[in-house]
Amino acid sequence: MKKLFITCVIAFILYACGNQGESNSSTNGSEESKPVTETTESGNPSYDPKRGEGKFENVELPASLDATMAQSGKQIYEVKCASCHKLTDERLVGPGWKGVSTRHRPEWIMNFITNPDAMIDKDPQLQAQLEICLVRMPNQSLGDDDARHLLEFMRENDGVK
Amino acid sequence: MKPVHCTLTAFALAILFGSMNACKPKSAGTAVSGNAAEKVYIPPGKYDEFYNFVSGGFSGQLSVYGLPSGRLLRVIPVFSLDPEKGWGFSEETKPMLNTSHGFVPWDDLHHVNMSQTNGEIDGRWVFVNGNNTPRIARVDLTTFRTAEILELPNSGGNHSSPFITENTEYVVAGTRFSVPMDNANGDVPINTYKENFKGTISFVSVNKDDGNMDIAFQIETPGVNFDLSHAGKGPSHGWFFFSCYNTEQANTLLEVNASKNDKDFIMAVNWKKAEEYIKAGKGKKIKANYAHNKFSEETHTSTSEMLKEVTVLDARELEGLCYFIPCPKSPHGCDVDPTGEYIVGSGKLAALIPVFSYTKMLKAIEDKAFEGNFGNIPVIKYEAALHGEVQKPGLGPLHTEFDGRGNAITSMFVSSELVKWNIKDLKVLDRVPTYYSVGHLMIPGGDSKKPDGKYVIAYNKITKDRYLPTGPELSQSAQLYDISGDKMQLILDYPTIGEPHYAQAVRAEKIRDNSIKIFKIEDNKHPYVAKGEKETKVVREGNKVHVYMTAIRSHLTPDNIEGIRMGDEVYFHVTNLEQDWDVPHGFAIKGADNGELLVMPGETTTLKWVPDRTGIFPMYCTDFCSALHQEMSGYVRVSPAGSKVPLTFSTGTNLPASDTAAGK
Repeated sequence: MKKLFITCVIAFILYACGNQGESNSSTNGSEESKPVTETTESGNPSYDPKRGEGKFENVELPASLDATMAQSGKQIYEVKCASCHKLTDERLVGPGWKGVSTRHRPEWIMNFITNPDAMIDKDPQLQAQLEICLVRMPNQSLGDDDARHLLEFMRENDGVK
Repeated sequence: MKPVHCTLTAFALAILFGSMNACKPKSAGTAVSGNAAEKVYIPPGKYDEFYNFVSGGFSGQLSVYGLPSGRLLRVIPVFSLDPEKGWGFSEETKPMLNTSHGFVPWDDLHHVNMSQTNGEIDGRWVFVNGNNTPRIARVDLTTFRTAEILELPNSGGNHSSPFITENTEYVVAGTRFSVPMDNANGDVPINTYKENFKGTISFVSVNKDDGNMDIAFQIETPGVNFDLSHAGKGPSHGWFFFSCYNTEQANTLLEVNASKNDKDFIMAVNWKKAEEYIKAGKGKKIKANYAHNKFSEETHTSTSEMLKEVTVLDARELEGLCYFIPCPKSPHGCDVDPTGEYIVGSGKLAALIPVFSYTKMLKAIEDKAFEGNFGNIPVIKYEAALHGEVQKPGLGPLHTEFDGRGNAITSMFVSSELVKWNIKDLKVLDRVPTYYSVGHLMIPGGDSKKPDGKYVIAYNKITKDRYLPTGPELSQSAQLYDISGDKMQLILDYPTIGEPHYAQAVRAEKIRDNSIKIFKIEDNKHPYVAKGEKETKVVREGNKVHVYMTAIRSHLTPDNIEGIRMGDEVYFHVTNLEQDWDVPHGFAIKGADNGELLVMPGETTTLKWVPDRTGIFPMYCTDFCSALHQEMSGYVRVSPAGSKVPLTFSTGTNLPASDTAAGK
């Protein structure tokens, strides 16, 4: 048995040696190329259409407006959003923003702003919207605070004071 | 034997057989064997193991390949115009090609050297040389764009460049064609070469933090042709070695007249000594005129500055600065092994390869074992510096790279082969044919302290029957060999751009994660940026019209412009508002005697357009960006000089028909 064990060890060492070239040549793929679908145990998509998908779980909003945040949101809007979104309910490239803060939960909005690609792939409302607009909302490289400030600006646009 | 025992034994034996097979060295008979495809195959969506930077020769550009697949990943424009990327066409990039001769839109890019730290490739920058109008360029590997180009004064062609020291202290240049110094009267008879023509070697310092280049000093030498070079490393750090030919100092029919001497030279330069001389004030500041061009990723704009002075050390007067080592028959490659002890000279007309010893060279200098001098520079006795000769290596040795396992591989141009030999005992170990007439060769890190000796690539000069015929001219071929075993094994053939000379390669992880994806729009400091459509406008300044334009999927703003008049110069400053990876927008307008723009996310780029007739001119995005890319377009109206049509601009607002129809 001892002999056999040693044979096995040698065999494994040689096996490892034989595999070296192989393991070296299988290089890393990009993270982006990994499929993004997640499924629950039952096999149904785990996607929550109310929350969206991203880092925001539950965003508590005060009843009144934070004017400083809204002002910062407005500046971001003008640089990164205004090309495609009007502040009325009129569609430009994407839908107008009038009423957006009441149509969606705050966490859905902030997740969509910061994680658009994954959400466009899964969200039923966004997929319906894509059929109308035909242009996927670009990732505008917005941070967490940017998303929050934009949300505040959307609230201001929807009449929150 | 119990059943379990039996199964285990069978299992062990099976593995043993399988693995012995895998560990067996490959035999010579397996050239292009069954497993070659497996070794170079990168499955879809997977990355290559190495980045390979390959000179584009007379294309003037630098190409980037993945290894081992041989896939072309990118062509980086350096010295030549590239309409695909707007390089040299956009207002922002034009200054990069400025020289003392004005705008020079082409060069001949021969050699590639990657920056090093402690003698290892660090993945920060790639340096390349311009051989024709002498220049050195630095490519930034976070953006894969040319960041800086420095012209070299007192040079007639920069060939032995841009080789670097082990901590990128210096990148060097040596004149291929000796010429009179720039501050001397150059209007002399050509046959006064010996009196009037000088060689120069430039040591260009590289700033550790931002990579900025500056000519620290030049060394003036007798007129010869400097060919290639490499820095010492480890113990020989502080020295630089340059091969020289035409020590006959011929000025005509060099093919014959520069091939007369049995031996030319390797010139050893003690650059630490040069630094001491500079400190001691022995450098002479002389008048010069050369361009220094830099690209700023903050303003997305380049600037060109003309520099007026250079410091020169005279090798003929300053003792201990330079020494000549005789080297058989017009040496070409000049390569230093990973230990820094051995210097390989490749006499392209010699039937042997001399290998010099750094230790013996120092001893020879100490003992004054000189056989005379050349232009007042001591010539060390050949035998005194020689470690030994590789006998009968093949015909036409050109370049040598190292595998990090004590072996060297030399390219043989005339006999079309790679020859592997042992550095210590100088015995030839293996040879393998190339198709055909190999010039440079490259092992990843093969000229550094730490070669990654898995592959060697032969960059061939002649292609002939390797690919489907494409008329009289064929892409030059590269061949990839697996050198991990005792025998070199050909595993891939692939075409290249221009003429590949030297190349370098490094493991992908040294570069991959530092590659930037976008330019932050918030950080854009371009003077004509429009950060959002709110900032778009059209401004007239005399006959110059500046259009502050934005591009985002999928419209241009403004996309209707009127009030342009004949005689105007229109500048389209296009800001790409996208902030996502791989979403450039292009820009072109009908009839422009110019290129297109290709604007990266967050960047501003400018196209100059001088309308040549009145009428309506369509403009559009040239890079397919979305399902509505074909809609990403607009119109410019050009009216006669002196027209009263007001300057207007808009997107998405149709002016009432009556306002524009008349065109009064």
